[in-house]
Amino acid sequence: MTPLAADVAQRLKRRARWSGFEIAFWIVAFASIWLLPQKHLILTETAILALFALSLDLILGYAGIISLGQAAFFGTAGYFAGLAAKYGLINEPVLALLCSGLVAAALGFVTSFLVLRGSDLTRLMVTLGVSLMLGELANRYSNITGGADGLQGVTVAPILGLFQFDMFGHTGYVYCLIVLFVCFLIARRLVYSPFGLSLRAIKGNALRCGAVGIPVNARLVAIYTLAAGFAGMAGALLTQTTAFCSLDVLSLERSADLLLVLIIGGTGYLYGGLIGAVIYKFMQDWIATLTPQYWQFWIGLLLVVIVLIGRDRMAAWHEAARAALARLFTRAIGWRRGPALGGAGPDRS
Amino acid sequence: MLTILFDGTAYGMLLFVLACGLSVTLGLMNFINLAHGAFAMAGGYCTVVLVNRIGVPFALGLPLAFLVTALLGGLFERTLYVHVYARPHLDQVLFTIGLVFMSVAATDYVMGSSQQFVRIPEALAGQFNVFGIGMGKYRLLIIVVCGVLTLALQFILAKTRFGSRLRAAVDDQRVARGLGINVGAVFGITFAVGSGLAGLGGALGAEILGLDPTFPLKYMIYFLIVVTVGGTSSITGPFLASILLGIGDVAGKYYVPSLGAFVIYAIMIVVLILRPQGLFARGAAR
Repeated sequence: MTPLAADVAQRLKRRARWSGFEIAFWIVAFASIWLLPQKHLILTETAILALFALSLDLILGYAGIISLGQAAFFGTAGYFAGLAAKYGLINEPVLALLCSGLVAAALGFVTSFLVLRGSDLTRLMVTLGVSLMLGELANRYSNITGGADGLQGVTVAPILGLFQFDMFGHTGYVYCLIVLFVCFLIARRLVYSPFGLSLRAIKGNALRCGAVGIPVNARLVAIYTLAAGFAGMAGALLTQTTAFCSLDVLSLERSADLLLVLIIGGTGYLYGGLIGAVIYKFMQDWIATLTPQYWQFWIGLLLVVIVLIGRDRMAAWHEAARAALARLFTRAIGWRRGPALGGAGPDRS
Repeated sequence: MLTILFDGTAYGMLLFVLACGLSVTLGLMNFINLAHGAFAMAGGYCTVVLVNRIGVPFALGLPLAFLVTALLGGLFERTLYVHVYARPHLDQVLFTIGLVFMSVAATDYVMGSSQQFVRIPEALAGQFNVFGIGMGKYRLLIIVVCGVLTLALQFILAKTRFGSRLRAAVDDQRVARGLGINVGAVFGITFAVGSGLAGLGGALGAEILGLDPTFPLKYMIYFLIVVTVGGTSSITGPFLASILLGIGDVAGKYYVPSLGAFVIYAIMIVVLILRPQGLFARGAAR
């Protein structure tokens, strides 16, 4: 290896190292299992939303594909998981989860060829169109999906045959959190790999990427498929934890809310979706108790204000807050000793 | 069969009046305005309030709906939209979806969530019978009004000075600006007129499309289909697209009612795959 290549590899490796902030984030996340037992139902929803947001972040934040149709994969896999459990095709939840993810990924693979062409608007319309078509189909075949009443009578077997879902959502939360963590690890490994770097390059300039020999379309198909699989697993988790699935899993509002989640948290960095999901869920909970009927108004207002302030400025705040937090944690834990402490701060983004 | 064609044409004309403002906005400033339906809804509710509560005659209510929404559109354009033009598409989508959410909740708060009906005059109820085909008088009125509007728009675009300025700005904004055309003002006026037309369409269509607070969300898709399928470079493209869409939708709902709007979405996706720039686009303009 030439010295330059070695230097680059070194730098990339340093960037991919776990920072104190990340470790603390996951410690807090897992600590919530014991610390906040009465909040487990909303935390379950948050974990599912976070996984869903993670999937959108992969294609939007890293590959630069605007999508308003991520609900298509969420809903398809949700229905698949529900039907599989209802008719006893696949009883074991983890296996059903994986199969649902695969179904959604297959759908993502097929539809990914539709988003390769055209401008942002065309992509927006095609992704939206796909999810709307699926919504119509689900409505049409209401003898299978239950239509507007939702899919009734889903009974989910114990996880791995050992852990029964309880009505307080304790099992469900632990289950969702573990799935989220595993998916996060995969996504994290991916975005710091050369593959992930090439995605960022494609987002920057697809034409030049083609010129330096990156197979642009193949990469986009791959990440779209993977993101669809993640979205599908989120949908399957929702069905399994609630033992219910209705038409709104395919709705436009779900995709639009997802964009909001990602914007609150920040795109193009993996914790964006996670933090956004936490903020969004608790904010929604809070607003919904204040004005149950009109919470949509405040969500809309928030979107408008965020755009008017400017996402760049928000990103700068995020960056500052994150750097400050990271420094704090690094010092508190004593994660990295010696002179590297001060200088390594900005590299860990 | 002919009744379907007739109803479909009326529906398509209505869609065109609703969506043509959007197509100009998109073509001129490359701005994705998902909140266009909110203006249509504003026009619809404005007519409901004027005609049903205050007792303004229906014929006067329509122009008033146009004026009110045009003013509203102009106001929003000057105060809010101008800040978002230069932003990436993602920001525009978020911003306008936010506006849609706000308008839905606000309308729900002010007017209630139930469906509203405009009281149309007695003379417009009923049907004509021409060669055994039942033609609803109200639908005939829609076709006439929208047809006249379309011709007027085409005339303004093709023959007047403002029209040529607008076309110049659509074709190449920078050069148009260099020639001394005040592109911002042209755009502001166009936006206001486009919103006004949407409002008029909403007022006319309250009877056919139904008017409730979720109107902007329900019909957003239809407007976008018209615009993406028709292309943004001319007025004939969206016009043909909306007629096609109208007839296709009515026929689809008549022959395969259970599939609902599935047919429309499928057609749109096929068109977009084959012609990403739209069905009637004059090649890639930008």
